[in-house]
Amino acid sequence: MNALSQTSTIVKYSQVKKSYGDLEVIKGIDLSIAPGEKVALIGPSGSGKTTLGRMLMTLEEPTGGTIQVDGQLLWHEEKNGRFVRAGEKHLHRMRERIGMVFQHFNLFPHMNVLDNVASAPRKVLKLHKREAKERAEAMLAKVGLADKIDVYPSQLSGGQKQRVAIARALVMNPKVMVFDEVTSALDPELVGEVLEVIKDIARQGDMAMMLITHEMDFARDVADRVVFGADGRIVEEGPPKEIFENPKSDRLQSFLGRFR
Amino acid sequence: MWDWDYAWSILPELAASFGTAFSAMAWGFAMACMGGLILVAAGRSRLAVLRLPARGLVQFIRNTPLLVQLFFLYYSLPMAIGIAPSAFVTGVVGLGLHYSTYMSEVYRAGIEGVPKGQWEAAKALNYNGRQTWFTIILPQALPPMIPVMGNYLIVIFKDTPILSAITLVETLLTAKNLTSVSFRFFEPYTLVGVLFLIICVIFSFLLRRIEVRFNRHHLGSKQGASRSFGRRKHERTQPNVDNREVFPG
Ligand SMILES: Nc1ncnc2c1ncn2[C@@H]1O[C@H](COP(=O)(O)OP(=O)(O)OP(=O)(O)O)[C@@H](O)[C@H]1O
Ligand SMILES: [Mg+2]
Repeated sequence: MNALSQTSTIVKYSQVKKSYGDLEVIKGIDLSIAPGEKVALIGPSGSGKTTLGRMLMTLEEPTGGTIQVDGQLLWHEEKNGRFVRAGEKHLHRMRERIGMVFQHFNLFPHMNVLDNVASAPRKVLKLHKREAKERAEAMLAKVGLADKIDVYPSQLSGGQKQRVAIARALVMNPKVMVFDEVTSALDPELVGEVLEVIKDIARQGDMAMMLITHEMDFARDVADRVVFGADGRIVEEGPPKEIFENPKSDRLQSFLGRFR
Repeated sequence: MWDWDYAWSILPELAASFGTAFSAMAWGFAMACMGGLILVAAGRSRLAVLRLPARGLVQFIRNTPLLVQLFFLYYSLPMAIGIAPSAFVTGVVGLGLHYSTYMSEVYRAGIEGVPKGQWEAAKALNYNGRQTWFTIILPQALPPMIPVMGNYLIVIFKDTPILSAITLVETLLTAKNLTSVSFRFFEPYTLVGVLFLIICVIFSFLLRRIEVRFNRHHLGSKQGASRSFGRRKHERTQPNVDNREVFPG
């Protein structure tokens, strides 16, 4: 297991596998993401997209292979010259570089919007209270919610909730962020505002993004590269133009056919 | 049949005897709260040496009668360990131990009532374990526990007469002692029942006030404007705990 850093990748999955009991849902995936690169992950339901993202966010542990983040192994650490399963301390250090936005927002219902965003900078980054607040306010302004600062999540629309969740993840300034179907739980008329915010971030940011999505137009617009997976394997990948206009595999052709 | 003069004459002694009942309740409840915390922590532990005994103890205590536990603690155990604590100490330990298993269930249900997504969001934001518990989980898990814990406080109070069986002179035994002097059975026991009723009603009224107060505070009194939106609903269900009714209905 060689953990040497490769500066051209921020995330590198190598032969990653994941099983739940007897069910193997990720069957050996190799995938690299360059710093600042926006990678869209598409594929049929149950193909393992969420699992792939959750393993990067350290919410699920792979059952095989390695993931490197920023040149360091994520789930392994070196002890006495050997690589062993990572302890909580190592994972904590690695998570500084990783963020995630969830399909169901997972906002903290007992905190108002400002505290939802400012709490982690204050507690985790140990920023001064005032600075955490300023950063949070700036981030909320960026997602168009400057006027909702002291409202509670239950009083927001789904689109607003998701924008708060995006601000909350962004304020931690990760190097790579997983967006797991962040518009799937929204009413159709609210999808647009969230996608616009993400496009905005994608345009100005040097943050790498893993965009798990069923929105093909959005993937085409935002992604530098599209990865199509099915049954726990990567079937085809390439630039959006290639993937959407000239799909090679039968699986991808029939998958895209459903969106026409 | 009912002798008002006699009733009035024993009332002060009966009322005073509630002092013992109250302290047994308070100490027993405190012990149950602490013990429940230990049991729930051990029961959730990754270490089987902690988890299995804790779960076993909970099952054991819940499936034996409180009265039997008290007899064991008061009469049998001292023979084995060679020290015999007072009836009061034994009673408090018995109540505390017994209700700590119910309290651990209240905690467990409260904690599990917090959706998994909250833990995951905390992890994604890189909170450490302690921060996750204190900033994310407990603030959501505690408010729904308050009324259930209050319920148990009253249940424990109502169980204090059981301690008369191990010779603790609390209210019931005080009444019994009165009957053996006067040979009047009607007034003492009726009065005990009425006094318990009055105290329990007052208790539950106070608890409801505390509950409302706690929730209002919890709903975020920091912000004025959003209060007008009405009670903020938790995005979660109430914990489904073994909620023994204090009063039917
Ligand atoms: N905790 C779990 N235990 C058992 N099986 C699981 C678990 N999580 C996911 N799976 C299974 O793993 C497979 C991949 O799930 P995953 O959620 O990663 O798919 P997905 O590509 O995100 O699908 P969707 O588009 O529906 O979100 C599915 O068959 C799912 O049932
Ligand atoms: Mg998914």
